[in-house]
Amino acid sequence: MTFRQEMKKALLTSAWFVFLTFPILVIRVNTIENVIEWRWLNMMWIAAGSFILSLLWSFYFGRKTGDPGKKTEAFAPADKAGSLFRNPRFRMPALVLTALFATAFPFLFSVYQTSIMTTALMYVVLGLGLNIIVGLAGLLNLGYVAFYAVGAYSYALLHYHFGLGFWVVLPLGGLLATLFAILLGFPVLRLRGDYLAIVTLGFGEIVRLILENWNEFSFGPSGISNIPRPGLLGLDLNLDTATIYLYYLMIGLCLITIFVFGRIRDSRIGRALIALREDEIACQAMGIDKARTKLLAFALGSTWAGLMGVIFAAKTTFVNPASFTFLESAMILSIVVLGGMGSILGVVLGAFLLILLPEYLRAFSDYRMLLFGTTMVIMMIFRPQGIITGIRRTYQFRGGSIDGATAGK
Amino acid sequence: MDYFLEIFLSGLTRGSIYALIALGYTMVYGIIELINFAHGEIYMIGAFTALIIASVLTTLGMSGPAVLILAGIVAVIYASAYGFTVEKIAYKPLRGASRLSPLISAIGMSIFLQNYVMLAQTSDFLPFPNLLPELPFLESTAHIMGSTDFIIIATTAVVMVALTLLIKFTRMGKAMRATAQDRNMAMLVGVNVNRVISATFIIGSALAAIGGVLIASHIGRINFYIGFIAGIKAFTAAVLGGIGSIPGAVLGGLVLGWTECFATGYVSSDYEDAFAFALLVLILILRPAGILGKASVQKV
Amino acid sequence: MERQQENKGETILEVRRLSMDFGGIRALEGIDLVVQTDQIMALIGPNGAGKTTFFNCITGFYEPTAGDIFIAPPGGKRKRINGLKVDRITSLGLARTFQNTRIFPNMTVLENVMIGRHCRSKAGVLGAVLRGRETLREEAEIVERSYEILAKMGLASRVNELAKNLPYGEARRLEIARAMATEPFLLMLDEPAAGMNPQETKELDDLILRLRSEEGISILLIEHDMRLVMSVSDHICVMDYGEKIAEGTPQEIRRSERVIKAYLGEDSDA
Ligand SMILES: Nc1ncnc2c1ncn2[C@@H]1O[C@H](COP(=O)(O)OP(=O)(O)OP(=O)(O)O)[C@@H](O)[C@H]1O
Ligand SMILES: [Mg+2]
Repeated sequence: MTFRQEMKKALLTSAWFVFLTFPILVIRVNTIENVIEWRWLNMMWIAAGSFILSLLWSFYFGRKTGDPGKKTEAFAPADKAGSLFRNPRFRMPALVLTALFATAFPFLFSVYQTSIMTTALMYVVLGLGLNIIVGLAGLLNLGYVAFYAVGAYSYALLHYHFGLGFWVVLPLGGLLATLFAILLGFPVLRLRGDYLAIVTLGFGEIVRLILENWNEFSFGPSGISNIPRPGLLGLDLNLDTATIYLYYLMIGLCLITIFVFGRIRDSRIGRALIALREDEIACQAMGIDKARTKLLAFALGSTWAGLMGVIFAAKTTFVNPASFTFLESAMILSIVVLGGMGSILGVVLGAFLLILLPEYLRAFSDYRMLLFGTTMVIMMIFRPQGIITGIRRTYQFRGGSIDGATAGK
Repeated sequence: MDYFLEIFLSGLTRGSIYALIALGYTMVYGIIELINFAHGEIYMIGAFTALIIASVLTTLGMSGPAVLILAGIVAVIYASAYGFTVEKIAYKPLRGASRLSPLISAIGMSIFLQNYVMLAQTSDFLPFPNLLPELPFLESTAHIMGSTDFIIIATTAVVMVALTLLIKFTRMGKAMRATAQDRNMAMLVGVNVNRVISATFIIGSALAAIGGVLIASHIGRINFYIGFIAGIKAFTAAVLGGIGSIPGAVLGGLVLGWTECFATGYVSSDYEDAFAFALLVLILILRPAGILGKASVQKV
Repeated sequence: MERQQENKGETILEVRRLSMDFGGIRALEGIDLVVQTDQIMALIGPNGAGKTTFFNCITGFYEPTAGDIFIAPPGGKRKRINGLKVDRITSLGLARTFQNTRIFPNMTVLENVMIGRHCRSKAGVLGAVLRGRETLREEAEIVERSYEILAKMGLASRVNELAKNLPYGEARRLEIARAMATEPFLLMLDEPAAGMNPQETKELDDLILRLRSEEGISILLIEHDMRLVMSVSDHICVMDYGEKIAEGTPQEIRRSERVIKAYLGEDSDA
């Protein structure tokens, strides 16, 4: 395309978007005072913005024909970072530095910061859990938050009725979520991929609606409060120390999750999950029981949501159904999609980006969901595998002997 | 008996709306096998556009059915434009990608549109003016069926007939059916598949906008989130009837409308939305092909 | 045609009066077929004859409308496998490839074959996480066996490559390697030569014959390439419109009137 044509196309696109956004972005109705506000400035923004974006877009797609690699070029830095991280010479120091920083964090920053960091760590675990289901097994689960809710309410209710403590409920919460996943999974996992997405979404909403309406069971929208924070050897911790304690607890849980995720991914089971994602039909022809493997992925992934639910209840000392909306599921899914399906480093980065950015860029936080949505679309178009590409494990063979070289954490 | 009839008719009204939205899901699914998650948002945008235009017109001093008709037309145009654009941006580049990709893209689009409207307008509920006129001949039955119900049911019926004619007899309709059956084959015999897909999105979106305007007048308030629940329910309706089947979408919409109204009318109103979801889960488990859909053997 | 064996082996697959309907359309009509140990049997027929459907019925992807399928692994017990799940049938010893190659694109070549070992190994989640001695041993065995198989298929230099980067001919061989990893007694190949160049097809001849002689398995083969069919198979079954219209040695098939008619079309001899 010539320059003139491209300009013309960009102008047309710009005009189209001005037209498209006109009523919603320019006019605002105040129905109470019956006045109408005209926001012409917004129109200017849209005109300029869509003009530039359109040029960029045609830059990517207009030249795609010659060079299919073009699309991912913009992600070269991410690829480089990924491979750098895989390089053992860089990896060890990086891990040590990260470990030191993580250990020192509560002493370097305020309790508030530590608490935010704990949240980010929780999302790392949630992301990795969902990554087993979506990233490895390729099952789109839009109701993941339901299992998170199961964990949170397990702690809240078991404490309320039976006075059970955090450490007893933590495994119980994980177990209950797993059980729920299996119960739901039995009938549902026969469904085709996109139906599965909708059914899990429906299931997530049902769980929330039940929590909201079944007052005798869950105390309705007002929820349950006064849930105790985790205790340390019977010591009574004040708010600050409890926050720091929870932070270290989350660091520990995060490490366990990463360890377990990595081991599962590189095992016989993990390969079966990936094969299921890659080609369901061929996977069965290889002697893999489709239903069982799906159920396994579902159960394995949901356990983490249950565990995190217990942590969530303990951290906020309060649960109510409003914390378990579809948007929560969407957020965890964005972490996985953005970070990289099947990748550990990707999910860690994704969680930190999506949780910390809105915290520290207040202006950003209004636009958070808008950006989630945009991210999901853009990632699917330009980089469906996520920022960090999960690299497969490779093996060296010399003569008859075998060396396993792990790559891609 | 009156109570039963009242519930029956309100179920019919509600079902009609579901059917209007469900048609968009079913048509798109029939052609590109994608659950267009953003479809509910198109419906919401239709309702918002109608509200905005109607308010502007009212402040300009217009009143009566002219407002309704103008606002309705603009809403339909805008919803179609959004539907068209969404397809071009979020789905077209992903044709031929794995199945998961367009689905995630669609969810992203849905989240984007919701928040776009919320940020540009408001997160509060806005009162929607009742634009639908009172029909004098219904006065005697108003306690069972009001004018609004009547207009909604009648409009839906007219739209259905028009759509059926369009698909049966026009060139575009034939091209659509051909594409739905076998996209590659249609391409080979000279159907412009891109145009067919765009047309499908435009028609589906227009229907959703009509539904949006009608329901908003009926319920009297809207916010940016109405598309989400309505979308899932309409999708339920589409699956219930057998996704890909146009009569199925209508039937599914009505069945769902009745299920909800009878369940809330006779059982409990607390779980109104849960009934729809439960029905969806049940249908997918027991009869994934839906009421009118044919069970097909997965090709290997 | 030097290789013409008498049917001295035992029966390992027996299909009796197999029929398959797709909502009113009859894709298979009372097919009988027997495969014996050490046999290479070819299944030929015009497009749409129902050959792939026949495979799908045997391997459990479709549940046949009528008829019986029995298998009898060499030295094992005879068993009816109608209605069994696909993975179960694979683990009983029937392995197949697909007409449109279905490799796992984002896994390495080696991992593709390692998947084939799935049904012959058993480490579970706990094993994966704890990585005990037994799991490590099994894992090493999986890697070793997979590598061996790949080496035999001439893919040893490709082990660490992503499967999607393989050229077409190698992808087809990978699919065969993967099927071999499940330790079948009967290997079912759906048009293995489709899309291969003459050189690759020649190599495929050797490969198929070698699989039989070295691995001691039988092969059931769908193929349109007549040169390949005639040079490797010792028995041919011809299908048309869902029916078996002829069966016999390559020479017999070559002379059969009905076969010639089916291939050249009904009108040609009118
Ligand atoms: N899942 C299915 N649903 C409906 N019809 C099917 C299905 N699978 C196959 N068929 C029909 O069965 C008939 C036989 O198809 P099949 O694929 O078995 O032929 P084939 O002999 O393998 O042909 P080719 O040589 O082209 O591969 C065809 O008419 C096909 O359309
Ligand atoms: Mg075939």
